[in-house]
Amino acid sequence: MADAVEVEQGCLARVRQHFRQELDGLRNAGLFKEERFIHAPQAADIEVEFPAGATPRQVINLCANNYLGLSSHPEVVAAAHAGLEARGYGMSSVRFICGTQDIHRELEQRLTAFLGTEDTLLFPSCMDANAGVFEALLGEQDVMIADRLVHASIVDGMRLSKAMQDTFKHSDMAHLEEKLQEHQDKRFRLIITDGVFSMDGDLARLDDIVALAERYGAMVFVDDSHATGFIGKTGRGTHEQKGVFGKIDIITTTLGKALGGASGGCVSGRAELVEMCRQRARPYLFSNSVPPVIVAGALKVLELISRTTERRDALEENTRCWRRLLTEAGFDIKAGESPIVPVMLYHAKLAQDVARDLFAEGIYVVGFFFPVVPKGQARIRTQLSAAHQKAHLDRAIEAFVKVGRKHDILNKSKKAITERYGL
Amino acid sequence: MDELRRVILDYVVKEYLEEGDDREVVVDTPLITGGIVDSFSMVSLKRFLEKKYTIQIPDAEATPTAFDSVERIASLVERIRGARAGA
Ligand SMILES: Cc1ncc(COP(=O)(O)O)c(C=O)c1O
Repeated sequence: MADAVEVEQGCLARVRQHFRQELDGLRNAGLFKEERFIHAPQAADIEVEFPAGATPRQVINLCANNYLGLSSHPEVVAAAHAGLEARGYGMSSVRFICGTQDIHRELEQRLTAFLGTEDTLLFPSCMDANAGVFEALLGEQDVMIADRLVHASIVDGMRLSKAMQDTFKHSDMAHLEEKLQEHQDKRFRLIITDGVFSMDGDLARLDDIVALAERYGAMVFVDDSHATGFIGKTGRGTHEQKGVFGKIDIITTTLGKALGGASGGCVSGRAELVEMCRQRARPYLFSNSVPPVIVAGALKVLELISRTTERRDALEENTRCWRRLLTEAGFDIKAGESPIVPVMLYHAKLAQDVARDLFAEGIYVVGFFFPVVPKGQARIRTQLSAAHQKAHLDRAIEAFVKVGRKHDILNKSKKAITERYGL
Repeated sequence: MDELRRVILDYVVKEYLEEGDDREVVVDTPLITGGIVDSFSMVSLKRFLEKKYTIQIPDAEATPTAFDSVERIASLVERIRGARAGA
């Protein structure tokens, strides 16, 4: 008995030692992630405690995916309260045993109508939707051809599928076409892309992709997590913006960003494909779905954004204004039309320093660097919200200019920045 | 540079460098740790080698370390071809 305890302690000691070293390695490499505690509902103005134990301070949030400003919208909160009262807190079951309420199906139908598809299946998250969909639908005779910058959850989902994997250079249609030609011997070809790319904020060339898919007999998969609710004239997503509404075979998207921001995701698309996910997708089969309170909130979100385009219009206006302010101030930004606006700094440490200085000035942003973005492409990703007022953007640009001057990066080319700071 | 290294290097440049990317790639340029190839897109390189040289690279050997430079990849291919020739 005493021996067993000692052995266990020895083992645990080794395990701890191993992971302490790994964690130290992350710290030394500057890759250690720390949470910042927010003492308020999600909004444009929030109170943040950082580092842990510091007195919370008021900052402007420029890094949330709260694109439509609905995360704490009073009507959404009220609908969630009502849903909690009417349908309870939890289901204590996966969907196919006794975890499906009438409102789950209602939300699926509303999403189908909004996205312009044939059917929809809810998942606990979009990460789960992406983890389940490829394995459920494709087999050894098939090939998945993905843009190289797709989200990590798609990469993981592809790894779980038995289908052959291939990739094409980011948004490079000639390369995609080569791959489609190369894989003409497969049973099914599935082209996989994000609608809006989360790190660069650029839109997939869905019109060209659909044309290639038609020419070479392929299906198209789009993860529209950073688009649903606001990209396109009525906010349906990237397929609306690119004129291919109704032509996408599979769309996955999240309830965790513009659509209220709580959690949940879905697979939406051709009826048979969605039904097969209902039969086979493991994250759907073996994990509880979104709880009633979130379903009720999401139903209200869809009602609000189907009623008027006011919020996505305000977001578009904020995006235009913020892009103009940054450009006029002399920052190097990735051109584009989405509310994801990366401010390029190229150097990892510089990105971290600028983010830290901005926080001290009351602006909450985060620096991104390798391996999240390619080497030498470090940046600060700013994200707009319909909840931002002009005054927020004015205050933010003031802080950006002050910090930009301090680091001498205004009106500097990539070459000048990297010569001074390195890559 | 021998034929094998030339073929692999050409494939890497064509398959992985984006348009406008003017980084120079030579036989010992770090590909994966250097951020030129990621493990996600590495599979096409593995398939290319298998097809071109009619070999089978076991998944256990197709590691990011073994694929981290044209030189290492060429050595791997040579070893597998040599083992087959010897068998
Ligand atoms: C493109 C993309 N897909 C999927 C996800 C995952 O979404 P969820 O939070 O619903 O799992 C994210 C979130 O970061 C994302 O950016």
